[in-house]
Amino acid sequence: MAPTAERPWRHPEFRQGVHDMAEVALGVGAWGLITGVTMVKAGLSVPLALAMSLLVYAGSAQLTALPLMAGGAPMWLVWAAAACVNLRFVIFSAGWRSHFGHLSRARRLWLTYFAVDLNYVVFARRFPRREPGPGQEPYFWGGALVVWVGWQLPSVLGIVLAPYIPTGWGLGFAGTLALLAISCGMLTDRATGLGAAAAGCAAVAAYALPLKLNIVVAIAAAVSVGLLADHRWARGRSLP
Amino acid sequence: MTTWGAFWTICGLAVVSVLTRGFLMLPKREWPLPGWLHRGLRHAPLAALVAVVAPEVVLRSGQLPTTWRDPQLFAVAAALVWYYWRRSILGTIVVGTAVLLGLRVGLGW
Repeated sequence: MAPTAERPWRHPEFRQGVHDMAEVALGVGAWGLITGVTMVKAGLSVPLALAMSLLVYAGSAQLTALPLMAGGAPMWLVWAAAACVNLRFVIFSAGWRSHFGHLSRARRLWLTYFAVDLNYVVFARRFPRREPGPGQEPYFWGGALVVWVGWQLPSVLGIVLAPYIPTGWGLGFAGTLALLAISCGMLTDRATGLGAAAAGCAAVAAYALPLKLNIVVAIAAAVSVGLLADHRWARGRSLP
Repeated sequence: MTTWGAFWTICGLAVVSVLTRGFLMLPKREWPLPGWLHRGLRHAPLAALVAVVAPEVVLRSGQLPTTWRDPQLFAVAAALVWYYWRRSILGTIVVGTAVLLGLRVGLGW
């Protein structure tokens, strides 16, 4: 079990984490279902698909790896492709470090398995200051549990029901809509708006890049533009 | 790929998941990040979301849509209206999906 000795689920922030994430869970579930179906349709046996869902727990990386595996690509290439798709996690791990760097290494490792990007997004909305604070760990576990269950249950369902589900239903769009709503909620000031606009343009312009590297390009663009905007407007405010 | 080959590939992918998510979490000591990067990271989460959403909304298999009868665009417009009216994520998902399915299945777009 989770080596969190002080029973995080008794903490009020745990419930807050569950609550904040529950709204998003429907979109997560739609994606989980599709990923489950896709794994079986790509030729994985049911036990292997279950193992992939539970062990890897990274939708985009799984969807990237599947066609490569089906095409008989060498193992190192599949791993390298997944690592590229997961580059955004590396960026978020810097954020997790400033909140949870003081925990023991075993606890950090355990946390890491659950630290998907949606967790970070919702967490950063609740705790915008990048420093440790009370209630952060229970809040994390509340959200992490909802995302894990909200992903794994539909994923397993998709694996089992794969032969009966047509892929053309467009269920994946529910996930996009969930992200759209969260994005709107995060537009807090002019600088974040400009950063988001830069990210959107960069992601579309660089869409042709392989391995979803357009996401990394978009993050780099948003960070640069956001920093410039922060700098400019912060200086403007400090003037009399 | 053989069953065992696939199994070991999946185990490796699990390691990749944990190593990328914990890249800066797992080392014993904190790696010093330059201050500008620390400040800039506040823009990263939203950027990652928008980077996933924007191509899904405006591109159809890598191209801009050539017709205005595009169910995704209408679904997104309806979802945005609902979001700014009600501020509910769940409602946004339901309304957008309903419009998408309505246009696709009902009108055959």
